[in-house]
Amino acid sequence: MSRQFLYQDDVLIEKPFNWKQMRRLFTFVKPYRKEVARVALVMTLFGMLTRLAIPLVISYAIDHAIKASGGRIPLLYTLTAVMLALYALRWWAQRYTIRKTNEIGQNVIFDLRSTLFKHIQNLSFRFFDKRPAGSVLVRVTNDVNSLQDLLSNGVVNSVIDIVQLCGITVILLVLEPRLGLAVMITVPLMFIVSTSLRKRIRFAWQTVRIKQSRINSHLNECIQGIRVTQAFAQEKENTAFFEGMNRSSILSWNRASALNQLFGPIIEVTSAVGTLILLLYGTHLVRTEAITVGVLVAFFSYVSSFWEPITRLGQMYSQLLIAMSSAERIFEYLDEKPVVAEKPDARELPQVEGHVRFEEVEFGYEADRPALRGIDLDIKPGMTVALVGHTGSGKSTIVNLLCRFYDTVKGRVLIDGIDIRDVKLADLRSQISIVMQDTFIFSGTIRDNIRYGRPDATDAEVEAAARAVRAHDFIVHLPDGYDTEVQERGSALSMGQRQLVSFARALLADPRILILDEATASIDTETELRIQEALGTLLEGRTSFIVAHRLSTIRNADLIVVLDHGVIVEQGNHEQLMRHGGHYRNLIEAQYRFLSA
Amino acid sequence: MDIFRGLKAYFWQDKGFLLGSVLGLALATAFGLVYPLLLGVLIDDMIGQGRYDGLLGLALMAVGLVVLKASSQYLHGFSGGRLGNRLAYRLRNACYEKLQQLSFSFYDSARTGDLMSRLTADIEGIRNFIGFGFAQLLNTFFLLVFGFVMMAVIDWPLTLMILALIAVIGVVAIRFEQQIHPVFRSIRAAISNLTVSVQENIMGVRTVKSFDSEAHEMKKFSVGNEKYRSNHLQLAGVWAKFFPVIEFTANLCIALLILVGGLRVIFGSMTLGELISLNFMLGMIVAPLWNLGFQINNFTQSKAAGERLLELLNKPIAIRNVEHPLVLKDDLVKGHVRFEGVSFRYPNHDHQPPALVGFDLDAPPGSVIGFLGGTGSGKSTIMQLLLRAYDVNDGSITLDGVDLRNIELESLRRQMAIVFQETFLFSTTIKENLSYGRSDATMEEIVEAAKLAQAHDFIMELPNGYDTIVGERGMGLSGGQKQRIAIARALLVKPRVLILDDSTSALDMETEHQIQLALRKVMAGRTTFIIAHRISSLRHADEIVVLDRGRVVQRGNHEQLVRVPGLYRETYRIQYADRPEEIESAAGCVRRVTG
Repeated sequence: MSRQFLYQDDVLIEKPFNWKQMRRLFTFVKPYRKEVARVALVMTLFGMLTRLAIPLVISYAIDHAIKASGGRIPLLYTLTAVMLALYALRWWAQRYTIRKTNEIGQNVIFDLRSTLFKHIQNLSFRFFDKRPAGSVLVRVTNDVNSLQDLLSNGVVNSVIDIVQLCGITVILLVLEPRLGLAVMITVPLMFIVSTSLRKRIRFAWQTVRIKQSRINSHLNECIQGIRVTQAFAQEKENTAFFEGMNRSSILSWNRASALNQLFGPIIEVTSAVGTLILLLYGTHLVRTEAITVGVLVAFFSYVSSFWEPITRLGQMYSQLLIAMSSAERIFEYLDEKPVVAEKPDARELPQVEGHVRFEEVEFGYEADRPALRGIDLDIKPGMTVALVGHTGSGKSTIVNLLCRFYDTVKGRVLIDGIDIRDVKLADLRSQISIVMQDTFIFSGTIRDNIRYGRPDATDAEVEAAARAVRAHDFIVHLPDGYDTEVQERGSALSMGQRQLVSFARALLADPRILILDEATASIDTETELRIQEALGTLLEGRTSFIVAHRLSTIRNADLIVVLDHGVIVEQGNHEQLMRHGGHYRNLIEAQYRFLSA
Repeated sequence: MDIFRGLKAYFWQDKGFLLGSVLGLALATAFGLVYPLLLGVLIDDMIGQGRYDGLLGLALMAVGLVVLKASSQYLHGFSGGRLGNRLAYRLRNACYEKLQQLSFSFYDSARTGDLMSRLTADIEGIRNFIGFGFAQLLNTFFLLVFGFVMMAVIDWPLTLMILALIAVIGVVAIRFEQQIHPVFRSIRAAISNLTVSVQENIMGVRTVKSFDSEAHEMKKFSVGNEKYRSNHLQLAGVWAKFFPVIEFTANLCIALLILVGGLRVIFGSMTLGELISLNFMLGMIVAPLWNLGFQINNFTQSKAAGERLLELLNKPIAIRNVEHPLVLKDDLVKGHVRFEGVSFRYPNHDHQPPALVGFDLDAPPGSVIGFLGGTGSGKSTIMQLLLRAYDVNDGSITLDGVDLRNIELESLRRQMAIVFQETFLFSTTIKENLSYGRSDATMEEIVEAAKLAQAHDFIMELPNGYDTIVGERGMGLSGGQKQRIAIARALLVKPRVLILDDSTSALDMETEHQIQLALRKVMAGRTTFIIAHRISSLRHADEIVVLDRGRVVQRGNHEQLVRVPGLYRETYRIQYADRPEEIESAAGCVRRVTG
């Protein structure tokens, strides 16, 4: 059995062009429509016209100034001056267009990204439960970025290209209709050849991209898991796996690249048909004096600049398809509704006392698998409640409902007698602090991290909070004390240290309700000693919920709630429950059994 | 150029493709330059003279030229593509293999993002330059030389005048490159800032929401988003400044040609056909000049990329085999581990105190050794030294009496299995994750290991059982579930030495106890090292070592340690605070035994 890592691919299949998505995307351009119109106008009028006019001027110069008998030098001067003027105009127009198109494009991208990010911020936990962080990240960064080219240069360039194509067609037909028509035969030919080739190329590159992203996923994982790999001596197996992956990527790359390189030459050979017609028929027309040499030269210029816009428009179409699949992914997120939404008439929640009630609460993460059933709790302000039970018994779920990370399926959660679904989310959450087993440390200084819940806290307050949870000692021993920068999720700190920082953060936020969700599970002994001392400070005068395995943290609670498979099986304080001799007592006894077994 | 010499081993075997790439492009250029000459002949010798008998031949020749040019172009593209791809393939394999071999000390200071960009963006840069960029740079040079020689043959004074303008374009192109370079760098920085801010926000979403910091996060994000926009606008500004200038100067060449050339035709020192040939040739020469700046930019960037790749490829591997290492025979290993006077300091931590000082330990086969201590006490260091993730500074570690440094690394690590403090699962099925250390394990063995680690039941409850995909991109598992999978993964290897580095912290007591019972059976006759913070995990160890700042402060078994004041007893007191009488009875029990 050979090594096999599995990576989910972004499927990028050919779909019929989705005009609805396109229109939706362009609603983001709408605020800037005046600018877009202005840029397109400037570029077509000045940029394009100058470009189309130059060959005509040269043609005129050849026929009337240079080839005329004896030559007409003043006219040549005048025509050169006209050329210079046109070039200068083009200079200005180019500058204006580059500036403006990028400005519009960047503004649209900026708006789109802000909208997306803001929307994601409001989405509920259910959304994040289902999606790995990486895929959400990619939508906010890569998918938005990939629209950049389309929205800045793409739109304007397409307008220009279409104008250029039409312009050349009109000019050729006006100059000499018969020759113009004859030469134009190549245009449909070019379209057919280029679109069919372009399609195959697009598919080939899609395969390459998919394989490439698989390689990237694997590399990322292999670097992060390198210690496991080395500890299990799997270097050779991994290398063999990677080689296969690499080979398959290179093979598809070879195919795509060979096809891609074919494009230019094939188009060129196709255009040679036009050249042949032009050479034979054009010269014939010169011979019969139907056209002048100048016109023939102009034809050569125009025909050679014919396939440029055709190629570019083809590329544009491929780009558009890729961009649309990005747009689709972005809109998918924008269409996601927050499940836990604030009511439009949500009321303000004043400073609470901390009286928490659960009434007949029922809840499930998935529709047919209830995580909590018939939960009734009445917790008086200032009480410390310990939630006890096995993994999966519903301890953390109670906490999640209290913070309104999810909404109950049945029943309600009340704080100071007010249903938490009726109040503003911000008011609710600002009065609750939670310390988790793997609390997140943001990159930035330790000080910023402690201040996270209350950005306006003074340095003295930050330090006081750190002292209160005994984090001060280790912080001052860091290279830059409170200003030490922590990176990559605080990896430079030990788990225990990270936890102390999060305790300080919770204390500084000064919540009315405090939740410790397995907050001490991964803390080393020494740190635990300190936290035991700190807990008193932390819990004083607040309603607190503690989810823990360790008896030492549980036994002093005012109320111990024992959960089993989503149901409350017992509640009371330590002495009561020990006397009662049920689940709790069994749990405690078991701990001693393990100790002495 | 040293850089490319260093990379020679990765592309020189394809020198045929290299030649094809360069030659193809040079030929395409040459054929392209001949084409305008034909137009000159058409106008002067046929239309001018009124002799049309060679027209068909000329037309066919023109078509032939286009076909030849297109074929050469394809030769260039095809060879360049192959050359670059093969180079990328070899380089990527080499880098990957290197990454597999580099020791823990390298990864202590390495950053994932940096390594990733070396294996992706940097290789991409080299691929493009060696495959195409190099030929293009050479070609621009050829084009300038040949193009101007041909133009000069037709009319040298005019050519000289144009040459002066071309020089201006060259200078502007190079200045453009200089200005755009730093902008590109700041754009890259802006992208990575933006990525980090979004990534943190998503990964820390629970924290963000519980502190109601959406507004704060939005502000943080806006800074990154704004920076991204302003950097791109800066880029557009540089473009807008230079691009039209270059185009204008190139156009000036054409105006100059028409004016001066026209005058010379009028005065009879040049023919009309020659003027038209010159006009089309000029168009061909000017086009690649616009790209000169980019080509130079490409060159400098790929040089820097090559430098970074070579740096990685030439990185010395700290832990390697000696000349004739002892290859362990799996069934002859007993698992007797000894530490003798081991001292160790982490590389690059010279200003900090050593991680371990004069550490001695004797772990005979079948023993269980427990470790207790705070952060930085040296527990994990001992485990990593045992894995030979680092080499000791002083003293020695022996397995069955043989110094670890004399044992072949792979065969050494096959005897051991470790469960790390922070569990890492790969993005694949649970089954694949379990059999990571032993890809030949049968399904029965896998299930058996999972049962031992108390993982079987919850695995069966998952939607696809053992085929459920986990890891970063897969199904989210709880900390305790991940730990159990990691334990099962280690047990499946049937190691002589098992290391549990605080790997049961997220389990509830009962599950932990079940696992301990299972371990006792499986690890009979084998050696187990356990780092833990819970007394219940350490209670049954044959020897418990209490560490502080790299030194042993206490050692003994549970009964001995509970009697004497110290970290162990203190921990015990906290974890079993409600039954102080237990301490008394434990102490009394020992007293009875000894007394």
